Amino acid sequence: MYNDKVMDHFMNPRNVGEIQDADGAGQVGNPVCGDVMRITIRVEDGKIADIKFRTFGCGAAIATSSMVTELVKGLTLDEAMEVSNKAVAEALGGLPAQKMHCSNLAADALHKAIEDYRAKHPANSGA
Amino acid sequence: MTSDSENKAGVRRVYLDHSATTPVRAEVMGAMMPYFAGQFGNPSSIHRWGREARAAVEDARAKVASLIGAAPQEIIFTSGGTEADNLAIRGTAWHKRSKGNHLITSSVEHHAVLHTCETLEKEGFKVTYLPVDKYGMIDPEDVEKAITDETILITIMHGQNEVGTIEPVREIGQIARRHGVTFHVDAVQSAGKIPIDVSDMNIDLLTMSSHKMYGPKGVGALYVRKGVRLSPQATGGSHERGLRAGTENVPGIVGFGEACRLAKEEMPEESLRLTRLRDRLIGGILDSIPDTVLNGHPTIRLPHHVNISFKFIEGESILLNLDLMGIGASSGSACTSGSLEPSHVLLAMGLPHELAHGSVRMTLGKGNSEEDIDYVISVLPPIVSKLRDMSVFR
Ligand SMILES: Cc1ncc(COP(=O)(O)O)c(C=O)c1O
Ligand SMILES: [Zn+2]
Repeated sequence: MYNDKVMDHFMNPRNVGEIQDADGAGQVGNPVCGDVMRITIRVEDGKIADIKFRTFGCGAAIATSSMVTELVKGLTLDEAMEVSNKAVAEALGGLPAQKMHCSNLAADALHKAIEDYRAKHPANSGA
Repeated sequence: MTSDSENKAGVRRVYLDHSATTPVRAEVMGAMMPYFAGQFGNPSSIHRWGREARAAVEDARAKVASLIGAAPQEIIFTSGGTEADNLAIRGTAWHKRSKGNHLITSSVEHHAVLHTCETLEKEGFKVTYLPVDKYGMIDPEDVEKAITDETILITIMHGQNEVGTIEPVREIGQIARRHGVTFHVDAVQSAGKIPIDVSDMNIDLLTMSSHKMYGPKGVGALYVRKGVRLSPQATGGSHERGLRAGTENVPGIVGFGEACRLAKEEMPEESLRLTRLRDRLIGGILDSIPDTVLNGHPTIRLPHHVNISFKFIEGESILLNLDLMGIGASSGSACTSGSLEPSHVLLAMGLPHELAHGSVRMTLGKGNSEEDIDYVISVLPPIVSKLRDMSVFR
């Protein structure tokens, strides 16, 4: 069902956890549909210095969460905002069609975390 | 069978999805083999080849009938459980159209029944979907209350396929008989596992499927009580008393018959053995992993059936981990069904969505040993804690 890359991120997820006193946090999904993802970020010099995720969900939900953290670590906030759910799925070498919607929301969680940071830090949100 | 086999990585292989399907037993395969090429005749032919095939089909019919206390003439062979459900429900509805237009079923039926009822609603019938309690059990009183002058069919399953609860079909049968309403039972999950007597249980129509009881796939049967009339759903030749046209699947039917014979013979011992394994698995998981709940009735359940929800984590991610450890199971999570909703059965039982998503069904069978169960119990806790460490919840 899943390719090797997806299975690798699912079985050996990168950046699992929650950053204490995070600069920004974003959560998407709800228990009704079965996938909930939460991303926390630490921002330094307008860049994502650290990022962690926690996910309740299926293999695709966990793998996309892991992949998005890997993709954006070190990027500027503007660059990270450009990373789409589709790009995450592509970086994983593709997902089964039925997983493209509700299980592929990790980039949305990231964007929410960035928006949360910007709302809390209006002075240096340009970056 | 599979119990002690190891794959090339040296990982134990434990198949725990016998409610999805079972392997064909060696004895069953042996019984079937002559009917592919050697004795290949068409049972409707009058020559020697035909007569051989006819004798084999009738022998199988008697074995299937014997498993459920029926007479051989009351067994109609079909292509499986789904077709038998369709024939029972659509066949009764359309035959009795002039007498009434109301059907009673439950909210926890298999899709073969539910989607058939939903189709009939579109065709002008009225259907009552009865609720269940937290164990997935139907209250016979609710059945009685739902009966109206228009009621022509009650269709209730025997063993629930997702949570294993055994429904009170005997009590419901008495009610149906008292009110003169035709009673259909989907016994796909219970046949061959627990005793069924269609007379004692007042059942008019009963569905069975071969591949859930170590027979081949694509064969099943509908028991049709003598005197009960149906509208055929497949029209053509006069096979199967005119109720199911089409040349019989002779090897499949022979295999199904042999599977029924063996199931009947071995049921007393095998159901006890499975019950012990089942309770060992349930106890082992509930004792070693916190925040787990058994779904379905704790004791009034199929001997081979375990369904457990793991709080804070999702079913598919558990299944993938189990699969990598050589264990095959299934889940009621939406993410495994390809739909947006988790299992309709778990929701009907009032389970919150999180728990429905976190359900894992493990159904035991002939190939499973105590060592298999202990292996599963040893493998699960680290999987669950790893996924919980990753989870948003808790
Ligand atoms: C309760 C129940 N009814 C009907 C069916 C359908 O049987 P078949 O696969 O033979 O069509 C199943 C199979 O999963 C089942 O569990
Ligand atoms: Zn999912």
